[in-house]
Amino acid sequence: MSVAMPAVDISRALTRIAHEILERNGGADSITLLGIPTRGAHLAKRLAQSIATIEAVPLTQIAVGTLDITMHRDDLRLRAPRALMPTVIPAAGIQGRHVILIDDVFFSGRTIRAALDALGEMGRPKSVQLAVLVDRGHRELPIRADFVGKNLPTSLTQSVKVHLSEIDGVDEVVIEDEAEL
Amino acid sequence: MRHLLSINDLDKTKALSILDTALELARISDAPVKKLPTLRGRTIVNLFFEDSTRTRISFEAAAKRLSADVINFSAKGSSVSKGESLKDTAQTLQAMGADAVIIRHSASGAPRWLADSEWIAGSVINAGDGTHEHPTQALLDAFTIRKHLGSSTGDLQGLHVAIVGDILHSRVARSNALLLSMLGAQVTLVAPPTLLPVGVDSWPVKVSYDFDSVLPHVDAVMMLRVQQERMQDFFFPTAREYSHFFGLNRDRMSLMKKSAIIMHPGPMNRGLEITAECADSARSVIVEQVANGVSVRMAVLYLLLAGATQEQGVLQ
Amino acid sequence: MTSSYLLAGGTLADGRKADVLIGNGVIIEVGESIQNSEASLAQRIDVSGCKVLPGLVDLHTHLREPGREESETVHSGSQAAAKGGFTAVSAMANTFPVADTAGVVEQVYRLGQASGLCDVYPVGAVTQGLAGKQLAELGAMAQSAARVRVFSDDGNCVFDPMVMRRALEYVKQFNGVIAQHAQEPSLTQAAQMNEGIVSSKLGLKGWPAVAEEAIIARDVLLADHVKSRLHICHVTTAGGVEIIRWAKARGINVSAEVTPHHLLLTDEMAQSYNPVFKVNPPLRTQTDVMALREGLADGPIDIVATDHAPHPTEDKECEWEHAAFGMIGLETAFSIVQKTMIDSSMMSWEDLVDRLSSAPARIAGYADHGKKVVAGSSAHLTVINPSLSWRVDRDLVASRSRNTPFHGMELPGKVVATFFRGIPTVLNGKLVEAVTGE
Repeated sequence: MSVAMPAVDISRALTRIAHEILERNGGADSITLLGIPTRGAHLAKRLAQSIATIEAVPLTQIAVGTLDITMHRDDLRLRAPRALMPTVIPAAGIQGRHVILIDDVFFSGRTIRAALDALGEMGRPKSVQLAVLVDRGHRELPIRADFVGKNLPTSLTQSVKVHLSEIDGVDEVVIEDEAEL
Repeated sequence: MRHLLSINDLDKTKALSILDTALELARISDAPVKKLPTLRGRTIVNLFFEDSTRTRISFEAAAKRLSADVINFSAKGSSVSKGESLKDTAQTLQAMGADAVIIRHSASGAPRWLADSEWIAGSVINAGDGTHEHPTQALLDAFTIRKHLGSSTGDLQGLHVAIVGDILHSRVARSNALLLSMLGAQVTLVAPPTLLPVGVDSWPVKVSYDFDSVLPHVDAVMMLRVQQERMQDFFFPTAREYSHFFGLNRDRMSLMKKSAIIMHPGPMNRGLEITAECADSARSVIVEQVANGVSVRMAVLYLLLAGATQEQGVLQ
Repeated sequence: MTSSYLLAGGTLADGRKADVLIGNGVIIEVGESIQNSEASLAQRIDVSGCKVLPGLVDLHTHLREPGREESETVHSGSQAAAKGGFTAVSAMANTFPVADTAGVVEQVYRLGQASGLCDVYPVGAVTQGLAGKQLAELGAMAQSAARVRVFSDDGNCVFDPMVMRRALEYVKQFNGVIAQHAQEPSLTQAAQMNEGIVSSKLGLKGWPAVAEEAIIARDVLLADHVKSRLHICHVTTAGGVEIIRWAKARGINVSAEVTPHHLLLTDEMAQSYNPVFKVNPPLRTQTDVMALREGLADGPIDIVATDHAPHPTEDKECEWEHAAFGMIGLETAFSIVQKTMIDSSMMSWEDLVDRLSSAPARIAGYADHGKKVVAGSSAHLTVINPSLSWRVDRDLVASRSRNTPFHGMELPGKVVATFFRGIPTVLNGKLVEAVTGE
């Protein structure tokens, strides 16, 4: 097991992404942050906090929520059904908004495909952008991220785990080799 | 878990998992678009040997919101007096590739019999069998109670629910007595002794013949439908006397705690077991029960059917 | 070729080791190591390790013929009886047409004779069409070639107390007996199973014990009043046993039977909703089972009777509420009694012979049956290997129906051979082909 991103790197990356999001979208007014549970949801909250700080507005003015994609997965027949996680769409909704999807690890792209399907059935955002903490490569679909914390080339035998203090008690990104699992 | 035939098929963890899933699905159902792709390509059969439009359309809505293909098979009125028909029907459905059969039958145990037979390979879901059980009704009742009175994701610890009326012939009462007590609620059955089964003392409930003494202590009161024809079998002398002792009316409603809710699985006999005033009061969650039914049935279908093999289900 | 047999090396019910020599339909000699000219001519059958007992007698058998031949015929039922060690059975009257006339009982009797595997004694209906209203021609049936002495509306209760009184009185003239199916009808309308904890959970309509006990109580009092003879079919409840115990203590002329299935199975079986466990009267609780075993061991219950009730597959392969009542039992009866009564040390082998052979023959007046294994008795014999166990397989039964609740169960005690009037109907546990052809 090796640490690919210590806490300080994660914090720095999130701050940078917050700036990039604001820059791309001309401020926080028309953006909606949607984290994909479980860890993406916590990352979304941190980004919202970061954005509020940068813009010097109350956190309540930042539209942030969660989007569970379980029911849209394309592998439902292949694996055990999972318990659903909450989907919370902020009051402003998604119609005509710049929606930023947030996930921890960007891998095959199938999760994001499912998220796009889920979003598509809720309304028509002005745009959908993707922010991820780690991009580990190995895409299986033509999907790319708009904001990346760190590109992390990996082999398929490795696994990338994001630990966040809210859940795991510590902030770090680690790479594990299959043999270690 | 492959089938849902009785509350006894569940334990507390599984039951809560259904309720939690239903809660999330209810949120999705509130969104403008109500369809999920989850069960696309799956075939679900509504096999109804007994009329029940409300239960059938509730399951149908649930299945359709999960994008399953739904076949409605109403076997009522055909030559179903003998089991050959159940067997033949089951084999027909198997040949058509049913992934799940939702069965409603006037004979207690018919779903169990179907599930234990080798006639069909898919899941069997009990949508009410005779005077035995109606597990999804109990799940939606528990869901409704939790939503109003419990913590939204916890159990029903500390709550007191009265189930009132024709317990003897009620599949809703049997399933609810099992489920609500499993989830930590105290259940009191209220009925004249004639409408309580011999052997009820083995159930995980209390029994009372005195509605008025129970009402001030309950958090929810669930009224059961009483059929007029029960009078002919001497279960009670007259409808008027029944209403007098066991009907929910304005005076009785005033005995209830401020926060207590009124439930009824429907269809109601207004004026017999419940007056219109109570059924339509602010305490009544009867209409909401119907809406919750769809979410709970979606959760059951998802959890039973989504996995590749039934052995992998969350409910395992 | 040979019509004499030497059953060598077996044990009698009382535990004595003895060879049994039979010929010309009777027992010629019983003794240790029989060695004489007759014995040397006889076909020798080694029965060491086995019990040689009088042929079993069933007082309660549904053979379905005439009218329901897809379930059973007199012949197939006789085969099942022979396989189960029986040499006499009593064909219940609920056939189509009902055995309520001399014509029908004679027909059944002759079918039994023609089959030749055991004696088939028809039971006559008490009332016309089993309807409980008008007495059937009991005298004509008694006088017929079938010489009926046992009358029963079994399946239905002779409910009307006046009809029951008259029937009890009337049969006194030919020393008949009324075998009552004790079931109060209005307490058991649409009833499905024993009323109690299990029925309350399963949502199946309850069949209260009191519906049986109330009729038993009424009828022992009636029998006492008119000084007649009453037999209670298939007692199933602890309360019923107590009432009969009380009646016997008062000197009332009542006898009673219990079925093998009520000695073993309980209402818990209904939890599967498998209608093979649906039976009339219903399976009761473990308390009742234990009371029945005690009652059979110490007196109130006189006999074991099978209530062998064949049904076609479609009447059992369906929802519980739509299924027919009844179980087949001829081929498993002995083993169930050994399992519940002998292996549990509640009864001796002599007791078993009494309950399954002598007592039923005595109650029904089957003079040729139920006799001790001594020289001069008719050669109705059952050879049992009590230490052989076997697995019940519904696909291997001789009965035309497969509705055995014991399918898959491992049971002790195997019927190795049955002799009916000196002729083997079963040898090595199998029906003897030569006598099975119709």
